[in-house]
Amino acid sequence: MGFDPGYSARKFTSVGTRPIRPDGVDKVTGRARYGADFNMPGQLVGQVLRSPHAHAKIGKIDTSKAEALKGVKAVITAADLPDLTNGDSAMYDILDNCMARKKALYDGHAVAAVAAIDARTARQALKLIEVDYEVLAHVTDVDEAAKPTAPVLNDTVFTEGTDPRPDKPSNVAKRSQYGHGDVEKGLGQADFVVERSYKTEQTHQGYIEPHACVASVNSDGTADLWVCTQGHFVYRQHCAQLLGLDVSKLRVTSSEIGGGFGGKTHIWAEPVALALSRKAGRPVKLVMSREEVFRASGPTSATSIDVRIGARKDGTITGATATLRYSCGPYYGMWAELGAMTAFACYNLQNVETVGYEVLVNRPKTAAYRAPSAPMAAFAVESAIDELAHKVGMDPVEFRILNAAREGTRSSYGPVYGPIGIGPTLEAAKNHPHMKAPLGKNQGRGMACGFWFNFGGQTCTDLNIDSDGTVSLAVGTVDVGGSRASLSLVAAEELGIPYEQVKAVVADTSTLGYNDMTDGSRGTFSSSMATISAARNAIEVLRERAAEMWDIPVDDVVWEKGHAVAKGAKHGNLPSLSLKEIAAAAANTGGPIAGHSELVADGAGVSFATHICDIEVDPETGSTRVVRYTVVQDAGKAVHPTYVEGQYQGGAAQGIGWALNEEYIYGEDGRLQNPGFLDYRIPVCSDLPMIDTQILEIPNPNHPYGVRGVGETSIVPPLAAIANAVSNAVGARMTHVPMSPPRILAALEAEKAD
Amino acid sequence: MVEVTLWGSLGAAAGGKKTLDIEAKDIRELFAKLAEQHPGLKPHIERGIAVSIDGVIYRDTWSKALPQDAEIFLLPRLAGG
Amino acid sequence: MSGRAVSTTINGDDVEFLCQPEETLLEVLRDRLGLTGTKEGCGTGDCGACSVILDDRLVCSCLVLGMEAQDRRIETIEGMADGDTLHPLQQKFLEHAALQCGVCTPGFLIAAKDLLDRNPDPTEEEIRFGLAGNLCRCTGYDKIVRAVQDAASAMKGA
Repeated sequence: MGFDPGYSARKFTSVGTRPIRPDGVDKVTGRARYGADFNMPGQLVGQVLRSPHAHAKIGKIDTSKAEALKGVKAVITAADLPDLTNGDSAMYDILDNCMARKKALYDGHAVAAVAAIDARTARQALKLIEVDYEVLAHVTDVDEAAKPTAPVLNDTVFTEGTDPRPDKPSNVAKRSQYGHGDVEKGLGQADFVVERSYKTEQTHQGYIEPHACVASVNSDGTADLWVCTQGHFVYRQHCAQLLGLDVSKLRVTSSEIGGGFGGKTHIWAEPVALALSRKAGRPVKLVMSREEVFRASGPTSATSIDVRIGARKDGTITGATATLRYSCGPYYGMWAELGAMTAFACYNLQNVETVGYEVLVNRPKTAAYRAPSAPMAAFAVESAIDELAHKVGMDPVEFRILNAAREGTRSSYGPVYGPIGIGPTLEAAKNHPHMKAPLGKNQGRGMACGFWFNFGGQTCTDLNIDSDGTVSLAVGTVDVGGSRASLSLVAAEELGIPYEQVKAVVADTSTLGYNDMTDGSRGTFSSSMATISAARNAIEVLRERAAEMWDIPVDDVVWEKGHAVAKGAKHGNLPSLSLKEIAAAAANTGGPIAGHSELVADGAGVSFATHICDIEVDPETGSTRVVRYTVVQDAGKAVHPTYVEGQYQGGAAQGIGWALNEEYIYGEDGRLQNPGFLDYRIPVCSDLPMIDTQILEIPNPNHPYGVRGVGETSIVPPLAAIANAVSNAVGARMTHVPMSPPRILAALEAEKAD
Repeated sequence: MVEVTLWGSLGAAAGGKKTLDIEAKDIRELFAKLAEQHPGLKPHIERGIAVSIDGVIYRDTWSKALPQDAEIFLLPRLAGG
Repeated sequence: MSGRAVSTTINGDDVEFLCQPEETLLEVLRDRLGLTGTKEGCGTGDCGACSVILDDRLVCSCLVLGMEAQDRRIETIEGMADGDTLHPLQQKFLEHAALQCGVCTPGFLIAAKDLLDRNPDPTEEEIRFGLAGNLCRCTGYDKIVRAVQDAASAMKGA
């Protein structure tokens, strides 16, 4: 039986409503268990020794005094994590990042770990570990690191993607290029050109829950891992590989997760906890402190971007190019490449070229952060677009509408677009009351567009019908923001039963098939598709059971509004059978009734958003106040509109913090100066106004209900929308994010001087 | 016969060629032929490739059919957050 | 023996525990007493996830030593509901979807309860500044403020 994921219009009963989430009471009473809320009998406390140097060769590590301390049960170094990566360089980088093998590559890089009977003993043991460091010159700035004179982090790295291949190693790991047409020719045709360079500083996802896990490895090769993660199946795969365990013998249970945003899609301390447990022969609980989270998990790239873009006097963009340098930490990823792909994705361009450079620096390993790499590229491009619109003399929204990508546009990253939603979000923004609201003194208004890919992926779902006619739904995508409510609505919709009769849980890795992680805005998109498929499979079984109960052919049975209905002249007078009645007879008609689905959800489709904001700048202090903020984004179909609004508001708030205040500050010594929430200041309640949201629903043709991914796109426009607002308020173009008070004051001073 | 465009860092791995004509009816055949003709692409194929068919981006599901005359782009596997 | 015995009252119950001089009240609650509803987000008093009420005063339990609990009254999230009846704040947080991941929620509920106990009719600005000691990374605070406003009305009306 084939599952057709194509969209078909229908009137919804459950989908689109706003019930209370099934895991809600646990969360408001403190009963819900997060990563650090779980304990195992006999567990030890694990703690990690971290390099205080940004760049250093590691010589001898003497752990003997630590091992001799009473209460210490295991001490490990890289020697306890043999290289089982079998030539897979990406896995090797993960292994090296979890525990440094030859060099400490950033301030905070793990070099050893202990497991002891309590925290006090563990702390004392760390102090007794002696590490021989040979301190090397370090580099933390993305532009400095790209220079040929910079200290080289890895002398086996020769820039990939250049022709000819360089003969000297460097920190520029990769060059990637996208685009089409002839940019120089295009720019030559322009009447107005904007050419500017922009910088964005490194930020962190800032989840309130630090990484935490409890690891328990047994002598027979079985193991358990309780952990806060966005992808317990991926964690299982990676941990099993690094520890040399059979995948099916490592059971990973996802706790409730206290925020991830991409930062919990990678393993950090988990292999260390497993290795400690294996050596100690007891469970080990390892919780990162807030300082460790900042120093040693996965912040974003810091970037340096040059943009050149030109237009004719009628407003048509004739050519656009960007060079993007993204820092990746000590191991390369695809961060610059994603920036190069997304930079001009919103626009219909004949001549466009983007070149991305992935640059190694002595900072922690960059991880994904909500639409990774797109916000920075959008900041640069949308700022330049605003400036260009101004030069041409056009309204910034109209300028974008004129140049927006549409069906049939060749995207700047290659493929031709099918039907897309950027036009509608721009039109909606143009007509939004926010645009007409009067501005006060020292206030500026800005708007910007954003783009993101959205993913599908491997997804499994089990839908079991219980004997009382209620439904248990087991899904494998971790619930980061309310998806259990949305998925219950989908199951209720398909089966035609009330939402309250469905109970959704997130299964562990031993009780469900493989699921890709909750990232790429795929949680609700993918699991809803699998839930629909599983429900339809269950309905097939329900029809067969009803047919048996009535003793009629199954072809004469249809499923309507939660009931099996006998059709046709012969049987049409049989009273319908409810789900509950069929379930009650299950033992007699063939046993438990269930529907399963294992599929690769695909065709998530790209999504676009337009944001509008008003910012007030205090000319004396350079401080800013967000006066008003509006998000317009296409959701395809909002399964639970309140949670879609929540994603829009949350992404916007993170973008606001990034635009105005958040940054990693490194000292001359290469050490992170602000690894705490006091000095890495994310927005607090008094910093923000209410955030207005407008959900557009342009159905995704590749999903039965038209659902699109929504989680990430909302962080893409804020940096630019706010930069445009501040630039308008201040009367000078802001080119360095975050636009903290000192930077705004400097811009005001420079303006006055001119 | 389908025309496949290798984009971004994938193009560099295939010796700088961007557009290739390959005889393949589904993704599995396509990858097998690509790896044969351009061994530099093998590690990328193993790590995972995103396949865009007429503008919609798909995973590298082997049985996914490649319609004749479809526009096919191969992109590096994307990361999300 | 370096640990000391402490007698205190938590959510109305008499409780005794042993703790080391350097242990915080947060560590005692979570690791010795199994009251894991109170969360550690930072350990340095910057995020408010560990908020509890100590003798009618809102505090970060990571900044209070375990031994300071001697002879005092502590209220944690576990004591906020009345049997199986949720506090109006808890109910409104659910209705307004004022939580996404939920890890900051216990701290916000305690802080919001303290706010409404002292100021039953706050303006939006008073709510925002009153809750500025609690960090949320998921919601942007919009639905949290609306939930507190709605709870304040419900509690006044009751």
